[in-house]
Amino acid sequence: MNSLRLFFTQNLGLLLAILMFAVLYSTYASLHPSFGMNVVLQNGNETLALILVGMAQTMAVLVGGLDLSVGPLMTLTNCFGSIVMAGTGGSIVLGIIACMALGAACGFMNGCIIVYGRIQPIIATLATGAIFLGLALLLRPTPGGAIDGDFAWAFTNDINELGYTYGWWEDLGFLGKIPMQPIFLVAIILLVWVPYKRSALGRGAYAIGSNAHAAYMSGVRIDRSKIAAFTLAGFFAGCAGIYLTMQMGSGNADAPQAAEYTLRSIATVVIGGTSLYGGVGGVIGTIFGALVLRSISFIFRVVPESAALGFVASPLLQPFFEGLILLFAVSLGAARVLRVRNRLSLFT
Amino acid sequence: MSLRIDMPILIGLVFIAIILAAGTSYTMVTQGTATFVSPNYLLQQLHFGAFLGMTAAGMMMVILLGHIDLSVPWTLTTCAMVATAVGGVGGDVTGLLTGLLIGLVNGIGVAVLRVPSMIFTLGINTVLLGLMVMLTGGYAPQNEATDVMLFLGRDRTLGVPHSVVVWLAVSAAVIFVLTRTPLGRYMYAIGNQEAAAYLSGVRSRLVIIAAFVMCSLCAAIAGLSLAGYSSRAFQAMGDTYLLPSIAAVVLGGTNILGGQGRYSGTVVGVILIVLLQSMLSIMQMEEAYRQVIYGAVIILMLLIYSRSRKQASA
Amino acid sequence: MTDAPSPHYLQMQGISKNYGGVQALSDVAFSAKRGSIHAVLGENGAGKSTLIKIISGVVEPTTGTMALDGSAVSFRSPLEASAAGVACIFQELSLMPDLSVADNICITDPPRTRLGLIDGRAQRRRAEELLAKVGCEDIDPRERINALSLSRRQMVEIAKALGRNPTLLILDEATSALTSTDVSKVYSILHGLREEGLCLLYISHRMHEIEELADTCSVFRNGQHIETFSKGAKTDDEIVQLMIGRDWSNVFPEKPKRNAAPAPALDVEDLTWLPALKHISLSVGEGEIVGIGGLDGQGQRELLLALFGVLRGVHGTIKVHGKPANIDAPATAKRPEWGLALIPEDRKTEGLMLPMSVAENITVAALPWLSKGLVIDQSAEAKKIRQMVERMQIKVGDLNAPVSTLSGGNQQKVVIAKWLLTGARIILLNDPTRGIDVGTKQEIYQLLRSLAADGAAILFYTTDYDELIGCCDRVLILYDGAIVRELTGDDVTETNIVSSSLNLPVEGVA
Repeated sequence: MNSLRLFFTQNLGLLLAILMFAVLYSTYASLHPSFGMNVVLQNGNETLALILVGMAQTMAVLVGGLDLSVGPLMTLTNCFGSIVMAGTGGSIVLGIIACMALGAACGFMNGCIIVYGRIQPIIATLATGAIFLGLALLLRPTPGGAIDGDFAWAFTNDINELGYTYGWWEDLGFLGKIPMQPIFLVAIILLVWVPYKRSALGRGAYAIGSNAHAAYMSGVRIDRSKIAAFTLAGFFAGCAGIYLTMQMGSGNADAPQAAEYTLRSIATVVIGGTSLYGGVGGVIGTIFGALVLRSISFIFRVVPESAALGFVASPLLQPFFEGLILLFAVSLGAARVLRVRNRLSLFT
Repeated sequence: MSLRIDMPILIGLVFIAIILAAGTSYTMVTQGTATFVSPNYLLQQLHFGAFLGMTAAGMMMVILLGHIDLSVPWTLTTCAMVATAVGGVGGDVTGLLTGLLIGLVNGIGVAVLRVPSMIFTLGINTVLLGLMVMLTGGYAPQNEATDVMLFLGRDRTLGVPHSVVVWLAVSAAVIFVLTRTPLGRYMYAIGNQEAAAYLSGVRSRLVIIAAFVMCSLCAAIAGLSLAGYSSRAFQAMGDTYLLPSIAAVVLGGTNILGGQGRYSGTVVGVILIVLLQSMLSIMQMEEAYRQVIYGAVIILMLLIYSRSRKQASA
Repeated sequence: MTDAPSPHYLQMQGISKNYGGVQALSDVAFSAKRGSIHAVLGENGAGKSTLIKIISGVVEPTTGTMALDGSAVSFRSPLEASAAGVACIFQELSLMPDLSVADNICITDPPRTRLGLIDGRAQRRRAEELLAKVGCEDIDPRERINALSLSRRQMVEIAKALGRNPTLLILDEATSALTSTDVSKVYSILHGLREEGLCLLYISHRMHEIEELADTCSVFRNGQHIETFSKGAKTDDEIVQLMIGRDWSNVFPEKPKRNAAPAPALDVEDLTWLPALKHISLSVGEGEIVGIGGLDGQGQRELLLALFGVLRGVHGTIKVHGKPANIDAPATAKRPEWGLALIPEDRKTEGLMLPMSVAENITVAALPWLSKGLVIDQSAEAKKIRQMVERMQIKVGDLNAPVSTLSGGNQQKVVIAKWLLTGARIILLNDPTRGIDVGTKQEIYQLLRSLAADGAAILFYTTDYDELIGCCDRVLILYDGAIVRELTGDDVTETNIVSSSLNLPVEGVA
């Protein structure tokens, strides 16, 4: 009984995000004229990069910081990836590893500047973000590059297509219909997030975000944990860049897109129940935060124009409603403010 | 009160001198003239830099409180678009009122609902973008800038661009508020310790709302003059102002966590960024290198600040 | 070292520490044995906390050497101290509020699985064991810290320190937040640890705790180690004299004789704010200092906040000089028609804007009266600041220097000056002398008395019994959110206060 109560009270943000996603996505599915696995696949394709960038942002937010370079870093790895992943076979794998290393290295640099230079994360990453974008432009002054079409196709579809493309297996039935994106995501969570969260570094990150002074007093290695958090943020942003490369098949140093991803990543983190003050939350919530954000835009595609509320279905209105829903979601917390009985507690 | 010069301002001035020297020697070598320090060229840079200056002045108001306004790009754009759409003097007034309204909403969200400013203003930015897309159908609006906008943003008197005068006027107002009025004092107080300010009988919610209103008004003025400079309002005209305005404020020594900073520093920060950008463009540097150098200079300056702070405290 | 092992586990020689220009410790020699509880006594600012910060690796000494068990050590971080067997239970909690109890207890060295990851189950078992050791089996290790009461948190803090298997355990005011049941648990734990042969350093301001626990006492004053003696070698009075370095008797100004009942300034009737305040009625007259006492956390803080308009949903009536007042914010409370002031509990977060200048802090509350229209009247402001600094005798070099550069006592004077400048006639004080030196305390007592003599009404909450006795005309004792007793005149004695605080009957007093 107590376990259940603790689970609910300690995961309220996450549960809310899941609930919002369930409501929004089932609305979308019921309105869609031909909902099926191929639709899910397409949705997954459009969401995974945002999820990964959101995960990157989560790392920084958990230690009480903010990383404004996640979008540019994604763009940089995208451009880098369009060059190093351009071969075939084993060289693609090497290219992917190189991209991950680049992401992590840039994140590590962020961490070092923040920790050893004693600069506020938001400002440091504002500047490094400009540098990453510049480097991306150096690599790809104009959009271009073509990575192996088979490879891109195979890894952005479902298990069956992966088998067909390389002749590894035939129709696997239902199992074969599982899209690749959730598989990537689960792999990253199991191989990176779970070990991190259960490591001293991850624990340290939560401790710093919760109360940095107390963490220091308790012998937490603050510097190391912070650098690790930003390195991991870079790694996740790198993964987002890799996926973008596979999805688009090319590299594009698109500055507006980078800025949009950075800003959206903050929204996904907050909707996912991670506190902007640090110490509470995690990437699972962020995944649902990104799904909520994307579901909103999916819905706009399928609301029939003839419906009672058809006029809101205009794609032109989409950003407006996206913003409104974001505002609504974050203003839910205001209920707490209205219930506060000791006004001093508003300021902490 | 006293006329001391803070460390960040000093470092900023040194950097400005370095940039001027570097830009001049570049033009001396390549063109044989000191174009970079010619009054004409500098005025031209200030003409355009003034828009950043106005935006940064507003941004400083909210950063002093320990908040941030990410809605500045589309506040600026919205005000310009609304003003040109209405047209005439009524348009100018409507544009300013729009800014006031946006600031009010931001302020209420942050001060009353207590949503982190980072996320609330981000939402407002998206909503404004959505509204403008809705109004214009996604196309660039065809309305011309009003006479007042042209006068403020484009015209010059005796070679002095009016936008610089507007910037000076905004600066004078900001300095007055920050140093002479209780409101300014309260802003610093809240930025340092909101609980203590509240317990001292400061109406902290009103102060926060006022700061956001001032910020949006500055963005509105920048938007109107910028529309005058370009003869019309256009989509995304504000996008290039968000990050540079934050950078200018921080490079000027204002603490991003609030409570500390002088307006003169922000002016130095703006000039620094404007000169840096124009030096890179006069060198015909590729956009890619410009970005890298721009970022690297900011990091370098911040590293020097934090070192000098450390030495000062040791 | 070749000589026979010294009986002392901890040895410090020639320890000095400078913070900027301030000498916190000068040439201190200090040592402590295993299997004993060693009390460290001294006023705030005497250097005790610097001493323990050095031992626990939070700060490094400017000069001097330290040895543990005969071998020289020098810690650069709490982590290194912890590895050497030093654990510290700090006055300010070192817990991470968003982490679970188990995470907190095991933060320094969590149990790992074979893969090197944190073993959640083992961690929980370990937390359960340690909580059982401190007698808190009822705490669920999966609960987050911020869901626990202050007293429970402190117990978790103790369990956390024990979890590091320390040889040297430092307790810095560790019992200040505890309920009485938890205090007795802590006593028996400490006695047990002494039997196990630990070296215990105990820092406390409560004399009876020291009598009950300590084997040896060391007194610090002005950054110097004054004297070390065994338990029972000195009387309380002698110890206090060592601590303050002068006679304690004439610290408090004389209370005036009163003939007629004073005109009421503040009348409170049936004030309720559940669960903290229950049907509180009180009255403070002009020229009166009314003390509020009782154990910590019985609603005293909430009472002051309620009067000052900070709390929402307060029931009951408040009358100021006979006029019903509806005060909904500090901004209303300070208006001349009500003239209330509150000296808050936490100077650093509620009283001052630390990085702002002394001058700005002094005038922040009175700015509406120092402005003409929208503009601050700078000459009037400067004049008032000078007057206030003189009247309060604030020791300050540069009025434009950050207030954080002042000593604790002078900082508190700035807070008081800020409110005097508003012309407040009703002054609410929330434990204003915490963490300030005796000299300043004495000045504050005299100031309060002179304000009262000028007709101000003062409501004075303090955790220090001596202040209730020495400073107040009347004392109201709160227990569980209600006033359980009013003590006046000669009835204001330590025994009466203590038994009233525990809600026990008091002879001869209603």
